[in-house]
Amino acid sequence: MHSLMTQYTPNLLDYWPEFIKSIGETLQMLFLSGIYSFVIGLFLGTVMVVTRKGNILENVYIYRIIDSLVNLFRSIPFVILITALIPVTKLVVGTFIGVKGAIFPLIIGCTPFFIRQVDMALSDIDPGLIEAAQSMGLSPLGIIFRVYLKESIPGLARSTTITTVSLLGLTAMGGAVGGGGLGSFVIRYGHNRYYQDITYVSVIVILIFVTIIQFIGNIIIKKTSH
Amino acid sequence: MIQLVDISKDFISDKVRVTAVKDVNLTINNGEVFGVIGYSGAGKSTLVRCINLLERPTKGKVLIDGIDLVQLKEKELRKYRQKIGMIFQQFNLLGSRTVFDNVAFPLKYRGISKEEIKERVLSLLELVGISDKVDAYPSQLSGGQKQRVAIARALATEPSILLCDEATSALDPQTTKSILKLLKEVNQKLGITIVIITHEMHVIKEICDRVAVMEGGNVVELNDAISIFSNPQAQITKDFINSTSNLSKMDELIEEKSSVVELEPGQRIWRLDFLGTEATKEPIIAEISSKYNINPSIIFANVDVISDTVLGSLIVLVTISEQAEEQVIEYLKEKQIKVEVIKYA
Repeated sequence: MHSLMTQYTPNLLDYWPEFIKSIGETLQMLFLSGIYSFVIGLFLGTVMVVTRKGNILENVYIYRIIDSLVNLFRSIPFVILITALIPVTKLVVGTFIGVKGAIFPLIIGCTPFFIRQVDMALSDIDPGLIEAAQSMGLSPLGIIFRVYLKESIPGLARSTTITTVSLLGLTAMGGAVGGGGLGSFVIRYGHNRYYQDITYVSVIVILIFVTIIQFIGNIIIKKTSH
Repeated sequence: MIQLVDISKDFISDKVRVTAVKDVNLTINNGEVFGVIGYSGAGKSTLVRCINLLERPTKGKVLIDGIDLVQLKEKELRKYRQKIGMIFQQFNLLGSRTVFDNVAFPLKYRGISKEEIKERVLSLLELVGISDKVDAYPSQLSGGQKQRVAIARALATEPSILLCDEATSALDPQTTKSILKLLKEVNQKLGITIVIITHEMHVIKEICDRVAVMEGGNVVELNDAISIFSNPQAQITKDFINSTSNLSKMDELIEEKSSVVELEPGQRIWRLDFLGTEATKEPIIAEISSKYNINPSIIFANVDVISDTVLGSLIVLVTISEQAEEQVIEYLKEKQIKVEVIKYA
């Protein structure tokens, strides 16, 4: 193994500890910002669906506010968003560099995307089911949890998979502007010093991550679809 | 008892006000099977949704056993809704849950013990005849089975009223029959008032005690089923009835100038309608044949049983003089048989 690596990936070997640390950072960013985005996105996405015109908790104002914010943040390219958010990030987490400074903009960048995905998944629920639940005397909260969320689990699993993969992409981009992780690692060595082996091995690592995410997603979708 | 008092429902779409239901007054008695028939867009689905307030009427009262649902607060209304079951054309079963969980769905989070829920669900599944599908998912069921699950689910909260919104419209004729039979059973065994919305006259024929005919948001005719069939008043009612019997082919034949209805001088085509077992058992054709020395030939015949009453119709071709015709018609009228001269040469 060692001799193989000296032959094919000599540079990577030199920066091995940093490489391992970068992978850890990427995972850290992915999990932390992922969990926050999931919770916030699921909440706001659900609120958006139920407050839409004609739905169980129709409220034009709440719907419009969320809808506009989602559109606003989705239209800003992530690299620019991170930069624009620097003052806010500093205020919220105290720093805007490193993994710690990357998580806040990652949440802001990822959540609107996930809100849209949740919106789509929940809107797929047949209005007839909502009507049936209402006819049985369910409260709006009961309808949200027992019909909307429960019935759209396969759709939500699909959304979460897609969002996680795209979040992985964002974490790499975060690396370009002072964050840590594989993105930053590849820019420093693969790009700036042109150590191609570092780039390719990183690509393989990312590919493995994506495959694992997709695999888990598919299992959940399969288990919950009937 | 369900009383709809001056119910109107307007919808506003693209700033245009559309009236779906206009000043409808209906009283539906306890324990009866009440049908509402109309073409699509007649407002019947909106009307039935006004009963459990899935659609809030623009004006009017919805009295269930004397209590106006429109006046109730949301929370109280939800309690009342449990006393009004509903089934739908598209079944609306929850796809991520098994048959058992679908039927248990309205019972959960109501402080009912697990054992009691299980007992009730299983007995309901037995009532609707699909005990063997307890653990199946809706996607594994046929349309008829899905509707049976939906009926069990609607009955889970022990309602006194069951609303059926085009419940058989997505089913084939054979399955429709079996579902209607089940509904009749539910009505008789449990004494539940059933309100059926449909555009199919044979659904009415099969199980309804009374019928309201709707057109353009209005109830244009309201009567017991047998009167609706034997003596329809509104044109739309007549159209609906024609759609269920093969006698309407007669009109087509006349229109197409078919050779069957080509008459020679002195020939007539009559339509004879008779009601009740007595009239059905009498050998009317043989009687007039020997009495007036005429030989009617039967072109079409139809016999229906509606609310346990026999309703028959004959279309006959006779050769007869005008004078004799008057006498025969008089004679038939005495026998309580309605005669209509459809065509004469």
